[in-house]
Amino acid sequence: MSKLTHLSLTEARDGLAKGDFSARELTQAHVEAVEACRSLNAFITETPEQALSGADASDERRRKGEAGVLEGIPLAIKDLFCTQDVLTTAGSHILDGFQPQYESTVSANLWAAGAVMLGKTNLDEFAMGSSNMTSYYGGVENPWRRSGSNEPLVPGGSSGGSAAAVAARCALGATGTDTGGSIRQPAAFCGIVGMKPTYGRCSRWGTVAFASSLDQAGPMTRTVRDAAIMLRGMAGHDPKDSTSVDTPVPDYEAAMTGDVRGLKVGIPKEYRIDGTPAEIDAVWKQGIEWLKAAGAEMVDISLPHTKYALPTYYIIAPAEASSNLARYDGVRYGLRVPGETLDDMYEATRGEGFGAEVKRRILIGAYVLSAGYYDAYYNKARRIRTLIANDFKAAYEKVDVVLTPTAPSAAFGMGDKMDDPVAMYLNDVFTVPASLAGLPGISVPAGLSGEGLPLGLQLLGQPFEEGTLMKVAEVLETAAEFDALPQIIS
Amino acid sequence: MAVDKDTVARIAKLARIRIPEEQQEALTGELTEILNWVEQLSELDTEGVEPMTSVVAMSLPQRQDVVTDGNCADKVLKNAPEGAHGFFAVPKVVE
Repeated sequence: MSKLTHLSLTEARDGLAKGDFSARELTQAHVEAVEACRSLNAFITETPEQALSGADASDERRRKGEAGVLEGIPLAIKDLFCTQDVLTTAGSHILDGFQPQYESTVSANLWAAGAVMLGKTNLDEFAMGSSNMTSYYGGVENPWRRSGSNEPLVPGGSSGGSAAAVAARCALGATGTDTGGSIRQPAAFCGIVGMKPTYGRCSRWGTVAFASSLDQAGPMTRTVRDAAIMLRGMAGHDPKDSTSVDTPVPDYEAAMTGDVRGLKVGIPKEYRIDGTPAEIDAVWKQGIEWLKAAGAEMVDISLPHTKYALPTYYIIAPAEASSNLARYDGVRYGLRVPGETLDDMYEATRGEGFGAEVKRRILIGAYVLSAGYYDAYYNKARRIRTLIANDFKAAYEKVDVVLTPTAPSAAFGMGDKMDDPVAMYLNDVFTVPASLAGLPGISVPAGLSGEGLPLGLQLLGQPFEEGTLMKVAEVLETAAEFDALPQIIS
Repeated sequence: MAVDKDTVARIAKLARIRIPEEQQEALTGELTEILNWVEQLSELDTEGVEPMTSVVAMSLPQRQDVVTDGNCADKVLKNAPEGAHGFFAVPKVVE
């Protein structure tokens, strides 16, 4: 049965349709894989019983001829999506014991499309981090190790558990959320595909909020086609999220023609940053050559405000977080630490319930929103956000997509960079600008570093042009022939 | 922009987060470092640039002002650390 876990989501879908195996068999194999990989700490909650009963129900639907686009596919769900009656933690102590009485729209869409839930994956607390090390439930180990080394590495973050689970063949796909790079960076670190769709493509309803103007859910899978199939099952208009966009969800697979001849690919000069390792630059050059060979045309572009994106993000995201996280007050759900007065209770609960990084961001957010500083910090950042979005608008008058590296390094050691918040923030230098502009982006595994770790290439697209991104990403994927396996399963 | 310990204590109070005295020193340094780093934004002239309000060009939808759910007090209270008589319970606020 173990072979079933090495299928791609696409192969599993086709195998189920042909009757080569049942959803029960496919799910059983993945439940066993989840158990076998517990040392990674990729899951906060495993739901094997729900998975197997869900698989049986799926087999029954298929018998009746009612198969959905993800019928019988076992998936992992980032523990930021509320799942009815299943513990939902956001990686935080402050949500102790929280069992939502409703289902997030994204996960509900996946179940309606026939998918099966394996469990809830680990993440940085409230999705704030780039290493998964800020989780109250402990760090996640990357299934990959450097050649000849046993040092455990981070999977990236914040969707670190999702990335590790997919890379270790515990799940055919997993949901992630991306606020400043939280899908794309861990996908790059773990050698998988991760897509952040256009802001508004997936509903945010029922997803624990971090920074509402940036948060967007997306698929994490092992192939580009898998991501195309999974996104179709996640996306869609939702009246319960007023920023969800009311345009039909296309069949992304149909856009994947393999033909990129004449397509214009922007290469932004500002993404060549001093101090970037030579192998990151090399994989970028390789990507350029692959797309040229496929008939695409490279165009040098400028995104002049790129260097301001990270500091802008670290004003806007904490400001929104400080407002969103005000709801964790020990009254309605989760942890309560007793206090003499109501204010004592609030302060004690939040002091004990939030971890160090979350506290830092709430305090920064409260500071930049406080009287006297609102204009100097928060409004200034919102103005620069407009300039960053305008950079992309101007570029997209000349090009169809933009190609960059996904992250400025390969995976690093667990515990590295923990004492220097700003050094940790720099992980997102290539992913944050598109987040601020609301644009779709995808990371594709492109090769291995000298130390044998996966490196990713990022493609950025125009609003709601996920199909174009999938098409170009598949061309990169085909050229890269990335078939290395992480040590844990090879 | 350097923040001092008093400022950290003030914003911690605003955010209703108890920060023990011995952690305030370290936090003062970290917040100062982050604020110094974002300070580089001030070199950019943003005169006349509109602050972004929506990242996607769309107008907010309107809906009928009608009740779409409700009558589920049990569900609403299900996760409350303390409830009483169908309400959330909190420490006494009025003497």
